[in-house]
Amino acid sequence: MKLMHVLAVAILSLGLAACSKPTKPDEATAGPAESGAATSGVGVDAGAGTATQLTPQQQALAAIQQKNIVYFDFDSSEIRSEFVPVVASHAQYLVKYPTARVRLEGHTDERGSREYNIGLGERRAQTVRRALLAQGVTESQITTVSYGEERPAVEGSDEAAYAQNRRVELVHAQ
Amino acid sequence: MESTPATLKSRATAALLALAFLLAAMPGHAQLRLDITQGVRDAVPIAVVPFGGQAEGGASDIAAVVANDLRMSGRFAPLERRDMVTRPTSGAEIRFEDWRLLKSDFIVVGRVEPDGAGLAVNFELHNVRTGASLLAQRLPSTEKGLRATAHRIADLVFERLTGIPGAFSTRIAYVAVDGKPPAQRYRLIVADADGFNPRTVLESREPIMSPAWSPDGQNLAYVSFEGKVSAVYVQSLATGQRSRVSARAGINGAPAWSPDGRRLALTLSRDGNLDIYTLELATQTLTRVTSDDAIDTEAEWSKDGQSLYFTSDRAGNAQVYRVRLDEARKAERVTFTNGYNARPRMSPDGKQLALVTLDRGGYRIGVMDLASRNLRVLTNARQDESPSFAPNGAMVIYATREGGRGSLAIASSDGAFQQRLSSDQGDVRDPAWQPFAVSR
Repeated sequence: MKLMHVLAVAILSLGLAACSKPTKPDEATAGPAESGAATSGVGVDAGAGTATQLTPQQQALAAIQQKNIVYFDFDSSEIRSEFVPVVASHAQYLVKYPTARVRLEGHTDERGSREYNIGLGERRAQTVRRALLAQGVTESQITTVSYGEERPAVEGSDEAAYAQNRRVELVHAQ
Repeated sequence: MESTPATLKSRATAALLALAFLLAAMPGHAQLRLDITQGVRDAVPIAVVPFGGQAEGGASDIAAVVANDLRMSGRFAPLERRDMVTRPTSGAEIRFEDWRLLKSDFIVVGRVEPDGAGLAVNFELHNVRTGASLLAQRLPSTEKGLRATAHRIADLVFERLTGIPGAFSTRIAYVAVDGKPPAQRYRLIVADADGFNPRTVLESREPIMSPAWSPDGQNLAYVSFEGKVSAVYVQSLATGQRSRVSARAGINGAPAWSPDGRRLALTLSRDGNLDIYTLELATQTLTRVTSDDAIDTEAEWSKDGQSLYFTSDRAGNAQVYRVRLDEARKAERVTFTNGYNARPRMSPDGKQLALVTLDRGGYRIGVMDLASRNLRVLTNARQDESPSFAPNGAMVIYATREGGRGSLAIASSDGAFQQRLSSDQGDVRDPAWQPFAVSR
């Protein structure tokens, strides 16, 4: 049952990955230029440092970390369709490596009251958490935190900045 | 154009002096600068004459501090020094006809004198039209304490002329942020109400937010993310000693002190759902107050300690509710005027709530009268938040944004007067005005 689920997710995310376009606000993640190919993660700093061979897990992690931010619409905690495969790729990794951990960091743009925005950021993190759980990730693998508007990705008080700040970052341990 | 090299030079010297003075005055942090952004026409003209026995223009220039405080209240328009023809330092030296010509309604004079090992400050307040003496006092002081004495004089003058106790001797807490994301540095700062004497009480690479004064004005509760998750701390300002009072799984936020100082209202979360709790500090007894699927946060106590006001989006968007702390804990909606009302803060008399309201496309500060439910919008920017009443209820301090930067601002509670307290470095935000000490 579980294996079926994993396979289903894997197939689903492969299929979606093939047709997914580079997502709009990704300049913010400041990663190396993306080719979209799953193997391009080799050489990305995943903590290995030296020329030693990356383990399969490290390679898998490096690959999914190229897209580790889910962006949201104003006042919304719904995962937009373009980010469904992003969440799925992280779910797939976490299911495959049950000792792996992820921290979901929810954020909002700067509009409105600060503590209320902590609530909105938490709601976003919880949406991603539920999506991961639905795809077979176990509760113990996930922690959430909400920074509200306290840790913007970019400065600025325009819609372009707001769009990059309304997000959940999927941060993997090590 | 008209500047001669000599005046240029003196200006440069003055600028250097001002700089040295600023550097001396701010241990490690930028001073807040006060700018009047909206004045009032009916401000009362008053002359605050430079005090005898001290040099003009220094950090402890008593008359300058008093005049600035009175101007800051929005109710007074102090006479410019350059317009003063004479410099009386006692009531006997005042020639009232001079000051009538200058159209001052009131005049403050005084002098600093040696007094034993310390100093004494004599001051007098007179009605210019009648010549009547309204106040005459001698206050003990010290060289270092002259600014505090000046704030005390401003408090007494303000109270004598308005009937409202002055709040110039109180302090404000706020959060300053510098550096670009993601490498930002957060500082919790306590400064005099005029922005002077900023003192950093906590510094962190992780966010600090929501400072709240204990009712006795001696402790701050705040949220710090220093452990990479939120936790609520209580810190004594006198000793710097602090304790972590809530670090439960999930969110620990929005601390607010009960009027008796024994409990904190807090926002905690279980599985991501934010609810309001009260925490008895001495026993760590936690009591759940709200329980529904919405965001419930930003609690504030009623004056009698029997209910909490809070923000909730249980009806779809953020509105302010009130819940009684009895068995039923039934919440009733309080705000109906705009599509977004959040972060209620109680006025010192318990009759009004300051809040953030979405008004014609901008997040602005409003004051709602609890009896009539009438909401008055005080500000007119796009991004105003975190209101906090001055302890005399006459002013509201809040956070705003100008030129992409966070600054603090103060509005009179009737909205007639606004001024900005901006930092020349980084953002300042999340202000909280210290209450009067209980002894008052």
